[in-house]
Order: sequence, then C-alpha cells, then structure tokens
Amino acid sequence: MHLSTVAWITLLAPLVAAAFILLVTRTNRKAASGLAILSALVAFAGGWVLFLNKAEGVFLGFNWVDFGKDFSIPFALALDPLSRTMLVVVTTISPLVFIYSTGYMKEEEGYWRFFAGLALFLFSMLGIVLADNLVMMFIFWELVGVSSYILIGHYFGKPSAADAAKQAFLVNRIGDFGFMLGILLFWLATGTFEFSGVNQAAGLFQANPTLLALACVLIFCGTVGKSAQFPLHVWLPNSMEGPTPVSSLLHAATMVAAGVYLLARIFPILSASPDASEIVAWTGAITALGAGILATQQDDIKGILAYSTISQLGYMVTGAGLAVSAALPMFHLFTHAFFKCLLFLTAGSVIVAMHHEQDIWKMGGLKNKMPVTFLTYCCGMLALSGCFFFSGHYSKDLIMASAWEHHRGIFWVVVIAAALTPFYMTRQALVVFFGKPRSEHAKHAHESPNVMIIPLILLAIPAVCAGYAPVEHYFFQSVGSLAEPEVPHYVELVFAAAFVIGIAAAALVYGNVEKDPIRIPLLQQRFRIDDFYFWIVRVIQGGFARICSFIDRWFIDGLLVRGSATAVWTVGFALRFLQVGNIQIYALFFGAGVVGLLYLLLTIH
Amino acid sequence: MSLLLILTIVLPLLASLLIMAGADPRRTSLGAATVNLAASLVLFLGYDRVTGGWQFVSEWKILPKLGINMTLGADGLTLVMILLATLVTVSALWVAPKVEKYNGLYHVSLLFISAGVIGAFASLDVLFLYSFHELALIPTFLMIGIWGSGDRQAAAWKATIYLGLGSFILLIGLIALYLSIPSGHRTLDLRQLDQLAAAGILQPSALIYLLLLVGFGSLVSLFPFHSWAPGAYACAPAPAAMLHAGVLKKFGLYGLIRIALPLFPEAMQGLNGLLLLLVIGNILYIGYVTVSQKRLDWTIGYSSVMHMGYIFLGLASMNAIGVSGAAILMFAHGLSVAAAFALCGEIRRRTGTLEYSELGGLAKVAPVLGLLFGFAAMASVGLPGFANFAGELLVFFGATAAGPLMIIPVVVGVWGVVISAIYMLRAYRNIFWGPIAQRWETVTDIGSGAKWSVILLLAPLMIAGFYPQFILRMVDASLSR
Repeated sequence: MHLSTVAWITLLAPLVAAAFILLVTRTNRKAASGLAILSALVAFAGGWVLFLNKAEGVFLGFNWVDFGKDFSIPFALALDPLSRTMLVVVTTISPLVFIYSTGYMKEEEGYWRFFAGLALFLFSMLGIVLADNLVMMFIFWELVGVSSYILIGHYFGKPSAADAAKQAFLVNRIGDFGFMLGILLFWLATGTFEFSGVNQAAGLFQANPTLLALACVLIFCGTVGKSAQFPLHVWLPNSMEGPTPVSSLLHAATMVAAGVYLLARIFPILSASPDASEIVAWTGAITALGAGILATQQDDIKGILAYSTISQLGYMVTGAGLAVSAALPMFHLFTHAFFKCLLFLTAGSVIVAMHHEQDIWKMGGLKNKMPVTFLTYCCGMLALSGCFFFSGHYSKDLIMASAWEHHRGIFWVVVIAAALTPFYMTRQALVVFFGKPRSEHAKHAHESPNVMIIPLILLAIPAVCAGYAPVEHYFFQSVGSLAEPEVPHYVELVFAAAFVIGIAAAALVYGNVEKDPIRIPLLQQRFRIDDFYFWIVRVIQGGFARICSFIDRWFIDGLLVRGSATAVWTVGFALRFLQVGNIQIYALFFGAGVVGLLYLLLTIH
Repeated sequence: MSLLLILTIVLPLLASLLIMAGADPRRTSLGAATVNLAASLVLFLGYDRVTGGWQFVSEWKILPKLGINMTLGADGLTLVMILLATLVTVSALWVAPKVEKYNGLYHVSLLFISAGVIGAFASLDVLFLYSFHELALIPTFLMIGIWGSGDRQAAAWKATIYLGLGSFILLIGLIALYLSIPSGHRTLDLRQLDQLAAAGILQPSALIYLLLLVGFGSLVSLFPFHSWAPGAYACAPAPAAMLHAGVLKKFGLYGLIRIALPLFPEAMQGLNGLLLLLVIGNILYIGYVTVSQKRLDWTIGYSSVMHMGYIFLGLASMNAIGVSGAAILMFAHGLSVAAAFALCGEIRRRTGTLEYSELGGLAKVAPVLGLLFGFAAMASVGLPGFANFAGELLVFFGATAAGPLMIIPVVVGVWGVVISAIYMLRAYRNIFWGPIAQRWETVTDIGSGAKWSVILLLAPLMIAGFYPQFILRMVDASLSR
C-alpha cells in the first residue's frame, strides 16, 4: 500500500467511526465503543507505519477551494519529522484512553455520544497534526474545539458541566479570533498559507519586522486559547467537568498541546522575529509560574492536575519562545503527553474507586488498597516533578538550560515553577495515598478492573523512559535539526535543588495532616481572574449589548420606523379625500394611471 | 431543459389551482415541491459549466418597442439559488402542520412564495425580476397576519409598510436606471444591460446605485433598514419564516449581484466606505443586540440580520473570492436559518414558549431535536464542515485582498464569529442543557416528518461544507463573465 493511502486511512478512519456511531449504532453500546476503539487501533497502526517508514512529503487530496492558480486552498497532508512524531504521540495514547474509557464509562448514560465524540476528536486532532497549511489547521482546530465542547458537556444536565463546555468553546473562539487574523495577515504579506511558504519570511515581512511580529503574535493567540495560556487559561480547570478520560486525552495529553504544535510548525518564522519570541517566552513563563502557584491550593484531584497541565504547557510555550529549536518544546510535549495522560487516568481510577468523590481531603490511605494505581501514579508523579531517571526531568532540563543560556530572567521564573511542581504533587500524593482514610468511600475503596489498569501499566513505561538519550537525540536530530544544548552543571544543580526543596517542603507540611494547614483564599479563588472575567462579561459586554438593544428598540425602530410610519399615515390621511368609496371612481383612477404611465413610457421612448 | 426551468415556476402555481379546486393541500403541494426539487437538481447538474453564461433561455415578447420582454434563463448562480429555493420549499411544506384555519390557503400561500421567488431568480428581465419578487412578498404578509403568533397584526403591518417602502425605492431606482440609458439602447434585459455597461454606454450614477442599495438593502435587512425583520420572523409561522429568511430575503442580495455590481462598479467603489459602515453596523451592533435577546425566535431573527453583514462584506470586496464567498453564504445561510426556524417552530409547538428563562434540559427528553438543533446552531456559528464556514472564510480572504479600507470591517467580521458563538451557545445551553423543569418532562421528541425535513436542509449544508467547490464552480462560471 502506498504511504499516502496509509496517511488518508489513518486520518479518515475515526471520522468514519464517528459517523457510523451517530447514524447507525446509537442504541448499541458495545458496537459504539467497539467501532471507536477499532478506528483508534487503525490510526495507531497507520501512525506507526508512517513513522517507521519515515513517510515524507505532501499528499494532496483535493483542492478544497479552487480559483485556479490565483487562489486555492488545498486539502493536503504534510508528513515530515515533526508531524510524524506528533502522529505517534496521538495515535499511541488514544487507543489506550479509548479502552480505559469502556471501563470508566461503564455505568454512565450517553455511552454512544461519548465514543462518537472521542472518535470525532481523534479525527480532528489527526487533522491538526497532518495539516499542510494554516487554513486546514484552523479547520481542524475548530473541530477539536467542538469535540471538546461535546465531551466536556457530556453530563449536560449538570449546570456546571454545561457552563464549562460553553466557556471552553467561547474562550477558544476568542483565541481563534487572533489566529484567523494572523492567517489573513500571513496570506496578505506572503501570498500563501502553506507552512513551507509561510516559514520563509518572504514578501512584505522582509522589509517590515513589526508586521511580522504582529502576524506571529496573532497566530500565537490561537495557542493562548487552545493551550490555556494566561490570560485565556480559565477554561481548562473548568473543563475538568468532563469525564476523566476526556480530561486525560484532550485536556492534558494531546488537544491542549496542539497550541505548542502550532508554534513548532511556524517555528522558523517565529524565531525569525525576536519581538514575537520574547512575547511568547514571557507568556509561557508567567503561565508556568502562575498556574504552579494555583496548583498548590486546589482540593480537587483533577483540579490540581489541570493547573499542573497549564503550568507544563507554559514550559513548552517558553521553550518555543526561546527561539533555540523546535525540538525544545516538542520534546517536553512528548514526555508530558505520556506522564500527564497517565496521571489523569490514575486519578480516574481513584475517582471510580471513590464513587466519584474528587475532593482529596476525603481520600487517604489508598496506596495499599489500589497498589497498581499507586505505583503507576508514582511513575507519573515523579516524571512530572522532574525526578532524575524519569522522562520529565530530561525535557525540562533542556528548557531550563536554554533559558539559562538565552534569557536569565525567564530562567529564574521557570526554576521557581520547577520547585512548585514537586511541592504540589507531593501534597497530592501524601493526601490521597498515604495517611488514614478520611471518608467511608476511602475505607472501602478497591482496585479498578483490568480494562482500566492495563492502560495504566502500558502508559507507565513511556512515562519513565520517554526522555532517555536516544529519544532526546532523535528529537534534536530530526525534529529540530540542531545538536542538543549542553546542560551546564550549575543548571543541573539548581534544578535538583528545586526538586528536593519542593518535596521536602511538602513532606514537612503535609506529612500527616487531617485538613489543609495552609489556606490562602486568593489562591483558592484562582487569583480572582475568573471573577474578573465574569464581571467583564456581565457588566461590560452585557451593558454594551443592552445599550445596543435599547438604541435599536427606541431609536432605530422607534423613531425611524414609527416616524416614517407616522409620515405615511399623514399622507394617507390627505389621500383619504380621494377615497370616495365608489368602485367606478377607483377604476377610473386606475385606468387613468395606466394610461398616464404608458404615455410617459412611449413619449420618453 | 428550458421547459424544465419554466416548469419550476409554473408547477407551484398549478398546484395552487388544484388545491383551490379541492385537491388535498398537503399532498398536492408537497408533490409539486418534490418534483420541483428534482427538476432544479437536474438543471443544476445539467448546466454546462465549460460554456458558462446564460442557459435554458426562453423569451416572450411583451413590449418589444420598449425593450420589455419576459425572458427566463439561468446561470450558475441562478441555479444555486433555485436549488436553495426548492430545498427550502420542500422542507417548509414538510414541517408545516395541518392548520385549522384556511388549510388550503395556507399551502397556496407557501406555493406562491416559492413560485414567486423562483421566478425572480430565473428572470433575465429586470421588470419581471421585480414583479416576481412582489408576487412572493404578498403571501408572506398574509401568512404573518393570518397564521402568525404573538402580536401578528402589528408585525404584518410593519413588514408590509417597510418592505413596501423598500420595494418602492427599488422601483424608483430601476425606473431611473431605465431612463438613464440613452434612448435607442433602452432595455431591461440583464444581458443587454451588461453589454451596455461594458461598452461604456451606461452612465455611472451614484444616485441610482444608492437607490438600488437602499431598496435592495431594506429587503435584505441591511442596517439600519433592518428593524422589520426580527419581529416579523418571530411572529410568522415557521414555514413562512423559513421561506422568507431562507430564500426570499436573498433576493435583495441577488439583485445587487445581478444589477448593481456589474452596472455600477465605479459608484459602488466610490460609496464603499458607506456600505462598509453599514456592514459594521450589521455585524457588530446587531450582533450585540442579538446577544441581549431573551427569546429564541428573536435571537434567530436578529442573527439572520447580523449574518447579512458578512454577505454585504463579500459584495463590498468586489473581487471574485469575496463575491463567491458571499454567494456560498447566501446558499448556506438560507439553509441554516431555515433549519433553525423549523426547529424553533418545533420547540414552540411542544412548550408554548421560547423564553430562555422558562426552558432548559430539553435534550434529556428530546435528544434528536437537541442533536438537530445543535447541528443548526453550529452551522450558524460558522463551524468548519458546514458551508457557512467556507463562505465566511472566502469573504474574509476576499475582503483582506480588497485593500486597507477593509481592515476594520475584516477585524469586526472575524470578531463577529465570536459574537455568533456567544448567543447561539447560550441559546443551546439555556434550552437543551441544564436540569430539566418538571413541566417539560412530558415533552416529546421531534417527529419523523420534521426530523427528515431538517435533515434535508442540513445534508446539503454539510456536503457544501466538506466540498465547497460543489457550489463554487457553479458560481465561478457565472461571475467570471
């Protein structure tokens, strides 16, 4: 089979599955999940075939829009080291989460809806990975947005879930507002939106670096929305209203990383603009630190992980902004995808055992009752914290080394964030798995079924190993085409110190406690950013809308329309004198009118 | 083939006669509409895109001395619009319930709207283009006034006066256009008018353009001539709202593309600043008016006003990309707003209210209705996969290419996509999601007739969304003249 055929099958299999589930197997639970898993396995096989065969090149499907040679939007798949790598991440994790979901969602309503949503998501995500131009990427970008909307809103009867889904979609749309304008600006300046052409800094950009910076920052708005960077990060913690497998696959491992992938895609042009890179790097660093601080005071087991995801995405974005190599953010994306997916799935396992109780202060002592969940959790937790020998250490190390090299200010910000990570993860581990059970559910918890445990074990392997030297080497050789930066001993030392301090501090504070000894209201209220946005929406936007509505009702409609209606009525009143109520007179008027009109036309002629 | 084109106009009128003679209104009208849909598909596929231009032409001399003839014909754009009209007609007749008052007249009115609008699209003669539109307008007023809900009399009167005034201004514009042609060349035939413009015989006139813009514009609810629309749609029975918002309203845009764009390009260019200002009004101002609505019917009514802004933006860009985008949007908006009004009618029939504050959680008891409404809402929001997205995208590209004057309108337009999402998602959240009130627990799901009639609208929307070339190549063949 030709590799282009493999690529198309990989992309389309999940779409076919989603359509089939929607149209045919809505009543059959087994068929719905079976089809979704089958399509994920097809994508898995296809992804690895393409990766191992080093498929390269652009495969044109058809011209989605075609105005001849002046303007056309091709629907084409681009395969290169970057997209192949991302393809492997997405197609490897997806089947595991799909299979896990059959266990997690066993008792839930809307089973078919859930799996149709997952399959639609996989299709859209693969589209982002394989897109060969900005417009196509935008198309799939919006489609992952809607699948995320469907999946977050799975429990739509619950007001919080319904609101979270709506908020996620709208906040992403605000980011996409910039993204779309960026695409238009790129097209205006370079006459193309294909990645190969966009990355050449051609056309108007050569003479005008400000315009280039503007275009890059506009595209970056898409990343800020999708990858939940400050100030558009608010939707991601709320998205935890969705079922846990969704949080794991979409809102930790793959979809939210799409923003980072976008930056890697336009990396050559982004790194050509120092101003844009600076903005990107600082946005990432601020997000990494801010979300890290917030994670220390969350009580929801998924809430902690959500802020941790935002923080790690901040690392990746910083990595892209350092303008060293696209391998830097992509390597951390790669390791993070596995260990964060794993962490969410272990959290899901805990949540099921706890009968959907998510408050960590109701848990405790679970390590003996759920040994597999506990051990795999530890793998993920240590990888996230940056422990030596675990994958997260290596990818974070390189970002810090590059920051040290190129941007000292950012270096110190991410070091503080790196100390916070082991702190809040140790807090979570101690409260959930150690100590005494704090509720009835925690006392009677037991290990999850095999269908959920086996994916955990399979994910634990890459969570540990995905950062080792050969992988690192691969990233910098093929994705980044640059030798990996040396990590100075100094940086190594600082990082290790941050790790130890974080763990020690948490162990000290949370060693054996019943309640949280630290209560910082400002952090529990998420810096009150959510409240501030709520105020903007209600007061500013709502006020503006009401003013418009008022004008429309009382001025445009009231004055203009009713005013002219009054005028018409006045004329009508005058004409009433012509109304004599006699049909023959009317016929006379009519006849005279027709004759007059005809006369007029004929004489003009 | 030209007989087939004539048939699409005559058949609904014949069916009306049969109904008046006593035939079963629903079966007769639906039969005629279905045949019409098939005929329009045959015409659509039978159009020779390589040759392009006007095809299936037939002509009857009426006042040859004055250059007035009844001429019917079609090009790619016409056939897209006729396909839209026949699709929405079938759907509207299909969802139409059996009304208690004047059931026959109800169906006859719908058929007249359909015949009138198809006639308007198929007319090559400006006089008939205008008259067919009037033919379609009158039954619309009747439908609002007789079978409407709420304050239907007032809404019917307002729409009548407003659209009557718009049509009158349009008529003055058309007469002025006719008189501005030097005698000896006078004609109302679109083909000959094009030739006159190309030969430089037609004098460019800002005044005539303005008359046409205001006249056609108020028929399309161009800001600030829009305030008839939301109320009329809110009061109109669902099938009438579907046909008017979906198809008949597009007549004004069609007229601008057919008459103003080719005949007065200089005037249009000169007054583009004004048009763009109104476009911003349509998108931004009306967008926020829509956000503050508290009922579904008013939300959809205002949103249909707002989305006209994108189509005007496409026209104002005056290049192939933008105008094609506008044409795709005409098709896409026609289908999606018809679907939205159909579903709105279904909700009203079940609950008796469309107030957001009273509704909620309906997806639990009416999952298919919720699913279909979700599709219609996403189409209206401009989600990729629906033709609306393809149209908006091309409009943005076309406008971007049209020069620095377009910067603000494009930024506003792209922001408008966020505004649409705000009100449509809120509508969905408030009606279908959230906890369900006890009084709605007995609400039934959508019936199979209404379901399929909505699918009939959504399916072509998705076909054209996945493969916009399906529409684009037809439009392209006629615009590249």
